Amino acid sequence: MLKNKTTRRTFLKSLSLGAAVVGAALMGIIPVIKGWVKKMRPPGALNEKEFLASCIKCGQCIQVCPVEAIKVADITDGFGIGTPFIEPRDQACDFSCDGLQCVLACPTGALTHHINYSHEAEMAVAAVVAPEQCIAAQGKGFKGLARGNDFEGKLRYNEIDRWNPIAINEHPYDLESCELCVRQCPIEIRIDMCEAGNPPSGEERQCPPEPAIRMKEMGIVNGKKAFLPEILDGCVGCGVCEMICPAEPPVIVMKERPGSGRILI
Amino acid sequence: MSKLKESFRTLFGGKPGKPDPANFSDDAKVIHERQSGKRTADFKEEFGRTKETSRKNTYWRRRRWLVIIVTNLLFVLSYKLDIQMLEGALTGSRFVGFHLADLNASLQVMLAFKQVLINLLIGTVTVFIMWWLLGGRTFCSWVCPYHILAEWAEILHVKLYKKGWAKNFKFDRRTRTWLWIIFAVFAFLSGYTVYETISPTGIISRALIYGPGLALLWVTLILLFEIFFSQRAWCRYVCPIGLTYGIVGATSPMKVQYHLDSCHHDGECRKVCLVPHVLEVTKAKRADEPIVDIPADCTRCGRCVEVCPTDSLLFKFKGLGS
Repeated sequence: MLKNKTTRRTFLKSLSLGAAVVGAALMGIIPVIKGWVKKMRPPGALNEKEFLASCIKCGQCIQVCPVEAIKVADITDGFGIGTPFIEPRDQACDFSCDGLQCVLACPTGALTHHINYSHEAEMAVAAVVAPEQCIAAQGKGFKGLARGNDFEGKLRYNEIDRWNPIAINEHPYDLESCELCVRQCPIEIRIDMCEAGNPPSGEERQCPPEPAIRMKEMGIVNGKKAFLPEILDGCVGCGVCEMICPAEPPVIVMKERPGSGRILI
Repeated sequence: MSKLKESFRTLFGGKPGKPDPANFSDDAKVIHERQSGKRTADFKEEFGRTKETSRKNTYWRRRRWLVIIVTNLLFVLSYKLDIQMLEGALTGSRFVGFHLADLNASLQVMLAFKQVLINLLIGTVTVFIMWWLLGGRTFCSWVCPYHILAEWAEILHVKLYKKGWAKNFKFDRRTRTWLWIIFAVFAFLSGYTVYETISPTGIISRALIYGPGLALLWVTLILLFEIFFSQRAWCRYVCPIGLTYGIVGATSPMKVQYHLDSCHHDGECRKVCLVPHVLEVTKAKRADEPIVDIPADCTRCGRCVEVCPTDSLLFKFKGLGS
């Protein structure tokens, strides 16, 4: 009788322990279902459902990124714990590795190995959300540091150092009309290089087939020519335009790509 | 063969069986017979002193802690100093470019994703072979960063327990097997790597490499539970990673071996063991052979090896000379 009682108590205790552990783990679905996981993923990421299934949460993509654009998700992301994400306003992916190092580093194919070049990435899509904020739309130019002194983001400036990205706050601009979003767009930079007969790494295949962004004439404002960025079909949603935009909040932000299953704010 | 079956049975949580003395080998019978004689008072006194010294022996523990720290530091430094030796985290990494994947993390991904990329396969097979050779649960006590924290928490637990400030609830060891199955089924059905959400191994590994986060609060919670309510509960009753590596190590050539001849059945080993059921054989009249392999759930931590006053428990790599 006594033995039965202890057995029963051990069983109930063990059941509670098991239920607590399973319950804690299953709570991980809440952020996923509620859409709290509003993450932009690295290049090549599968659609969100498959991405969460396939990512082994090792962070090898984080380690190879030359501009350190990729961060690791916390337990607040539930099942998305340990997955990589990008906050483009802080640090966008500028493809300065050229070879999609994060894709090559991924051991499971959560970042699909089917893409090789920057223009094949489908990370997000840029959207002009605050045109009234745009410096160029006010007919103004831009002089100084794009994001101020304290901003820690980096970009690769080909003309300065092909191999090492530098801090944006070490690179002041002086532009007659602000066009930073177009000037720093990795797709546009590649198109320009290709048109000059000098494709990245000397590889024709690095050449993007379509432009991603351009400044569109908006007539005369304050006696000067006004422009507004226009997002084109070649945009891969890398987020550089969002990062570099001096306006606060930025004129352009990254939005989810249809079919990616991701929500971006 | 029946030894292996028994090894798996106890790994999955079954209570260790009592072997029938009728089936003991002749050599074992002779030793058991000889050992049943009375011990003299002089012997007892001297042996007591030997036990005291052996109890303080931390030869393997010191080496093991060093290995855990160095391995995890190698991950951290590979990233922080860009020395590129061991890139990634414990769930998946590259050792000088060669893929490695944690078996349980890889299993979760395979079940959830239902596709296996060649890189993951290479990493998984490599790690499988590595830990099969090294003893399976050797991963737990020689690499897992949670293990070392839990070991420190255990030292505190034992102190508090002696003072009556902590309880030590025991659970059914089959819980771990059920959790392993549940997490595998959940991964397959839901398409999410459900266990990774709460895996302290992955959480600590990433926290060390990429910086701390809120997930460490969960790890703290488990440690507090172990300190105040149940000694080494996670490793003993919960962790599916431990079971996965236990299965891999069941047939491993790397063993802790028990030598009946010199044993005084004093149970010093069972007091320090993370998984004391694997040491049932060290009780009097249990060993059916003069030399018996400790079964699969053993983490090869070496605590029993170092505290045994008579060196009756020793590391052994089978196939190599003694």
